[in-house]
Amino acid sequence: MSPRHRQMATEALHENETLASLKSEAESLKGKLEEERAKLHDVELHQVAERVEALGQFVMKTRRTLKGHGNKVLCMDWCKDKRRIVSSSQDGKVIVWDSFTTNKEHAVTMPCTWVMACAYAPSGCAIACGFKQFSCLSLPSSWDYSGLDNKCSVYPLTFDKNENMAAKKKSVAMHTNYLSACSFTNSDMQILTASGDGTCALWDVESGQLLQSFHGHGADVLCLDLAPSETGNTFVSGGCDKKAMVWDMRSGQCVQAFETHESDINSVRYYPSGDAFASGSDDATCRLYDLRADREVAIYSKESIIFGASSVDFSLSGRLLFAGYNDYTINVWDVLKGSRVSILFGHENRVSTLRVSPDGTAFCSGSWDHTLRVWA
Amino acid sequence: MHWDRKSMSRRSSTGRNNKIEDIITKMQDDKTGGVPIRTVKSFLSKIPSVVTGTDVVQWLMKNLSIEDPVEAIHLGSLIAAQGYIFPISDHVLTMKDDGTFYRFQAPYFWPSNCWEPENTDYAIYLCKRTMQNKARLELADYEAENLARLQRAFARKWEFIFMQAEAQVKIDRKKDKTERKILDSQERAFWDVHRPVPGCVNTTEMDIRKCRRLKNPQKVKKSVYGVTEESQAQSPVHVLSQPIRKTTKEDIRKQITFLNTQIDRHCLKMSKVAESLIAYTEQYMEYDPLITPAEPSNPWISDDVALWDIEMSKEPSQQRVKRWGFSFDEILKDQVGRDQFLRFLESEFSSENLRFWLAVQDLKKQPLQDVAKRVEEIWQEFLAPGAPSAINLDSHSYEITSQNVKDGGRYTFEDAQEHIYKLMKSDSYARFLRSNAYQDLLLAKKKPESEQGRRTSLEKFTRSVSSLSVAFPHEKSERAEHKACRCLVCLHGWFAMAMWLRTPRSCQGLSEARPLGPPSLHDGLREGSGIPSLSVSFEAWLLCG
Repeated sequence: MSPRHRQMATEALHENETLASLKSEAESLKGKLEEERAKLHDVELHQVAERVEALGQFVMKTRRTLKGHGNKVLCMDWCKDKRRIVSSSQDGKVIVWDSFTTNKEHAVTMPCTWVMACAYAPSGCAIACGFKQFSCLSLPSSWDYSGLDNKCSVYPLTFDKNENMAAKKKSVAMHTNYLSACSFTNSDMQILTASGDGTCALWDVESGQLLQSFHGHGADVLCLDLAPSETGNTFVSGGCDKKAMVWDMRSGQCVQAFETHESDINSVRYYPSGDAFASGSDDATCRLYDLRADREVAIYSKESIIFGASSVDFSLSGRLLFAGYNDYTINVWDVLKGSRVSILFGHENRVSTLRVSPDGTAFCSGSWDHTLRVWA
Repeated sequence: MHWDRKSMSRRSSTGRNNKIEDIITKMQDDKTGGVPIRTVKSFLSKIPSVVTGTDVVQWLMKNLSIEDPVEAIHLGSLIAAQGYIFPISDHVLTMKDDGTFYRFQAPYFWPSNCWEPENTDYAIYLCKRTMQNKARLELADYEAENLARLQRAFARKWEFIFMQAEAQVKIDRKKDKTERKILDSQERAFWDVHRPVPGCVNTTEMDIRKCRRLKNPQKVKKSVYGVTEESQAQSPVHVLSQPIRKTTKEDIRKQITFLNTQIDRHCLKMSKVAESLIAYTEQYMEYDPLITPAEPSNPWISDDVALWDIEMSKEPSQQRVKRWGFSFDEILKDQVGRDQFLRFLESEFSSENLRFWLAVQDLKKQPLQDVAKRVEEIWQEFLAPGAPSAINLDSHSYEITSQNVKDGGRYTFEDAQEHIYKLMKSDSYARFLRSNAYQDLLLAKKKPESEQGRRTSLEKFTRSVSSLSVAFPHEKSERAEHKACRCLVCLHGWFAMAMWLRTPRSCQGLSEARPLGPPSLHDGLREGSGIPSLSVSFEAWLLCG
């Protein structure tokens, strides 16, 4: 039977099925899928990688420390110029730095706002912020979620000292719960967002119009990453439902899904070739999933690592995976061999965000200790 | 010791750490080699139920396979900061690898019990401490400050708090002396977690995205001292902003469809995938600045931006040129590479393919309002009957595309773009890599010149041309006849021109003997017995010098 025929037959049969029997059908299909995948699992990545030369001693240090935020740094992103970065914090402050000189070039403060996501536009001429804004009358306790606005705004960057950065702000995205991630596509004109409302969405910046929405996660979506291909139209997202899902931006359909983590997935990042991606989770592990094998192919964990991984990124060649953790450290993993190469101390509170620079010469980490560090 | 799946899978929805609890429990377990817990004699008294920092650190190293003591100390400090173990003589919760004494926290006070103690409880605690006239229970400076602040805040109900504190003191007095020592220290450690020393990390702070999924969503505020809070106004509690959607039949049907699609998907074997990942990584490792030190230096380490200046210049390094050969995407990604490829296609009169591809990429980047217009423009330029830059599509693809154009969306040309991409990749790109243009760049051993240097050479050249026509007998019109001219003037001109022509474009020009640069000089030098040898050596110099 062709897939199409099988699908039609299945659909016809299901007219009068009960929820329970449907569920059991789904379960048995899951089992079959696992069986099929297992047949192709003839070897482990780290076994094949035994022939690869081991990496030398790693000496990575903090090369720059960026101080200026007055509260937990929640997110950061690099500019394509390889030195500027934008960072955002829980007190509503967004700062654009030339991290090479550590000078602050722009800053804007949004009162009563948690800025949980930020992104640099490909042109370098604008930044986007994903935030949750509260009424200033009711200060949020850790329980109160009666916030007003869950938005993403785009700020053009101006060098006119007289112009208030917030003056030309453009409101782009709206969700029904907090924005956890935002990213420009390869253009200043489109933004992809992820939200605590369980969905992702693609927006047209000029008009603020919703171009496509992505439904499928069973809980908050915490992270996303766009595929690096020149021709690709896909992205991956991770959520509190422990799933990582790969989406077709054109159709809004989920094309692949992975569910092997045991807790929230806080961060997802593509391997540089676009054939695989890594994830970091509250279950204290990072994992590598390959899209061609449609399977988890490596797990990066240690008995001594018992706190969640909050953010992950690859070095330029994909050989190293940098992961920031809630135990204030950054662990450096050998992606192929599965072993930890180095542990970096320095931050004095949780590492919340981590990105490798566009040319791979350094990576930047942001922390609840109010600072950002550039490492090389 | 190996974590079994069960303990790993005890997902903590509070974000609290069940892994720590497992460790702490095992640490206290005599039977399985836990840390030795002792009562230590000190002057006139005994210190009950303590462990040393060294013992804890050693235990962590042995049982969690930690090689570096620094790591074990860090982990121990975190476990302490979270409130599971504490130094008996310090408010600051950290772990040291020495003989300092630590005590385990009572499970009653563990963070996983969802404590969010009110300030009234804290006030009661500080108040009762002042009632107990013991040196060891004296308030620290920050505690005294806290107490003063609380007295101001709770001025109206201070009598109530005072009474509660007195009641607690009475209860405490009834307990056994040793038991009291232990309980007092555990209580103090509890407050050290929830009201930390200024400057210390407050480990009870939570990730704002995950707050609402706590184990105790009803947030029944329990008091440490059994005080009920009737006077406290209930702050609005939103248990969950989203009601949990029940899974419907439709959801499951969608899932079944999805699963069927996945079952039919053709997947690669792990061995193939592993080979591919390894090959990719190995190919790019020399380009990875965090593995292979960047030349001339990594700006972040040396504080010198030379590397970035070089990359900004229009002249690509050999290493960069080599990368264009790794995959078609690589050359498309690099502006300079794209330009080279375009020039090559122009020479073959097939540049419309790349221009179409670029136009479609650009279309997808447009704001919504401009899309329709651009679709029409692209159609007219590349696909409409009689289009000036007609691309070659098979009839099926053409049919699909002309249908799409009617709707005019940003994905109108996806199918066509994919065809053209494949065509360029298998045909033009492959030939480009074999072309002289590319090979010359690849073999170039010259160092890329800085922008400044090149401009100066250009200036030198233009100056020399004008000075030639003025100061020397070889008038412009006469130069054409000086085919074999090796006079100093012409040689000087050649040098200057050679400097100016030291760009990829000119390399291509020279190697394919195309006229470039001021025609006057070049014309004269193309033929003639003397010049070819001269030009060969100059060419060689250009490429190797």
